[in-house]
Amino acid sequence: MKRSLLGRIWPNATAIILFLGLIFPVYWMFSTAFKPTGDIISETPVWFPTNVTLDHFKTAVDAPNFWRMVGNSLTVTVVSVLLSLLIALFASFALARMRFKGRKGMIVIFMLAQMAPWEVMVIAVYMLVRDADMLNSLVPLTLFYMIMVLPFTVLTLRGYVAAVPKELEESAMVDGCSRPQAFVKVILPLLAPGLMATSLFGFITAWNEFPLVLILNKEPGAKTLPLWLSQFQSLFGDDWGATMAASSIFAIPILILFVYLQRKAVSGLTSGAVKG
Amino acid sequence: MAVQTNPADVHQGAGPRGQADGGQERRRTRRLGAAPYLLMLPALAVTALFLGWPLVKNAMLSFQNLNMGQLIQHVTEWNGIQNYKDVLGGEDFWRVTLRTIVFTAANVVLIMVIGTLIGLLLARLGKKMRLTLMLGLVLAWAMPVVAASTVYQWLFAQRFGVVNYVLDKLGWHSMADYAWTGSQLSTFFVVTLLIVWQSIPFVAINLYAATTTIPKELYEAASLDGAGVWKSFTSVTFPFMRPFLYATTFLEVIWVFKSFAQLFTLNEGGPNRLTETLPVYAFVEGVGNQHYGMGAAISLLTILIMLGLTSYYLRIVLKQGEDEL
Repeated sequence: MKRSLLGRIWPNATAIILFLGLIFPVYWMFSTAFKPTGDIISETPVWFPTNVTLDHFKTAVDAPNFWRMVGNSLTVTVVSVLLSLLIALFASFALARMRFKGRKGMIVIFMLAQMAPWEVMVIAVYMLVRDADMLNSLVPLTLFYMIMVLPFTVLTLRGYVAAVPKELEESAMVDGCSRPQAFVKVILPLLAPGLMATSLFGFITAWNEFPLVLILNKEPGAKTLPLWLSQFQSLFGDDWGATMAASSIFAIPILILFVYLQRKAVSGLTSGAVKG
Repeated sequence: MAVQTNPADVHQGAGPRGQADGGQERRRTRRLGAAPYLLMLPALAVTALFLGWPLVKNAMLSFQNLNMGQLIQHVTEWNGIQNYKDVLGGEDFWRVTLRTIVFTAANVVLIMVIGTLIGLLLARLGKKMRLTLMLGLVLAWAMPVVAASTVYQWLFAQRFGVVNYVLDKLGWHSMADYAWTGSQLSTFFVVTLLIVWQSIPFVAINLYAATTTIPKELYEAASLDGAGVWKSFTSVTFPFMRPFLYATTFLEVIWVFKSFAQLFTLNEGGPNRLTETLPVYAFVEGVGNQHYGMGAAISLLTILIMLGLTSYYLRIVLKQGEDEL
């Protein structure tokens, strides 16, 4: 099909404008983080940093409890995602491969659980955690993040399990594997991309979580990075260089992970949607 | 942006499993015995414990007179439906509800229209340009919400903010020193821009991925029938995408409705509580002003409103047959 010159130009021109609009906030965050304060608070914006400095990163990293909070964030995120993956593997296998009474009801439960408005349930969660005497602990955070991630982990993994041809498993069982063995030896390796895609989304959810940690963990040593970042400005005033450095530090792991995994994740999304 | 999740979860399309080997399935069901239930048990148990219990607790709290005093002394004072009377009798709740619905509708419409258009654009682009645009989308998508909110604060900062500088240079001199968080509309404008920016990648990339699954023959047939660009969109692309559009719209409604971090980080629902949506309102009333019982009542009503807004889609899902799910 031949397209006119104009017909070829406008999609590309639109794409370039969109691309610039989409990345500008990200670019502005990183570039501000590397600019000396004089360049940041200048009447004319410095569009490209020429005098690169690492001072702002130093301010952010030297902030009280910074490394503690990095550790806290990593712990709650990784543990909650792994726990939910483990629990979800069992459930998704049952939902994808077995027909049993109440199956549809269970799927609906997870769909509804996915809608759970944690943002408005903070008071109830606070009371429960306080009554268990576990405020300012990472344990309840981890468990609640696990349950936030679980529903979509179950539903998405179900799609991936369903996409693995049944015959593979059956032939393994003919070859003498038990059903659990067939699962571990045959299906699990094929699920690797699915596990990566689902854990990516779980990772983002847990890494980002804000309302719960805002109310549950007020002690400096028990905070996570989102909470730290949201309060960083009140700690350092209008130090935009340091604030942008702190934002960059918080965003970098996810950005790297996402760019690295996105092709798998996106193809996973579609295969899940089509074959699910 | 909160949770990014998969339209597959709620997508109504289903594979060709089921029907054909129904007899075999039934035989297997008998042989399975307790196995599926045992496999489901851990997931159901933690859901009941960590989601079900807070929901029940929330409902109980909403019938209690629970303020700072009762909280510290650990006393339970039931007060029946007083909280609901107060909440529903006051003007604030209805104003905030209306605001939340308008806010959600505006954002979701923008996200779906722009996201779909970008998705279709992705399908038209050459490979290099597509990957470039994809990269931009993925970077916006992957920015953590709190980090993105902080960046937008800086972009729209009253002094030295780059947006004000550009507007001034474009000839809009009154904007040189504009305080974006100073009024209701301008705060909502920034929040909307932030939410739309973070949400369109999910819609665009999914829609694009969906278009790649449309069989080429359908377009060929359409063009043989003399269909132009618009006609082949309405007769081939759109019908094929409908399930995806339903599923993504449903997810976006939930996500936008629940937005908390963006509004709270940007201005804590200010100025003068004018940008509080239901989740922020429940938080400020309940936690900030220490009316915990009231907060719980607002939160329960919020959940009901959300279920109401999404009931149409939920009904579609529930109507599906056992094998389609």
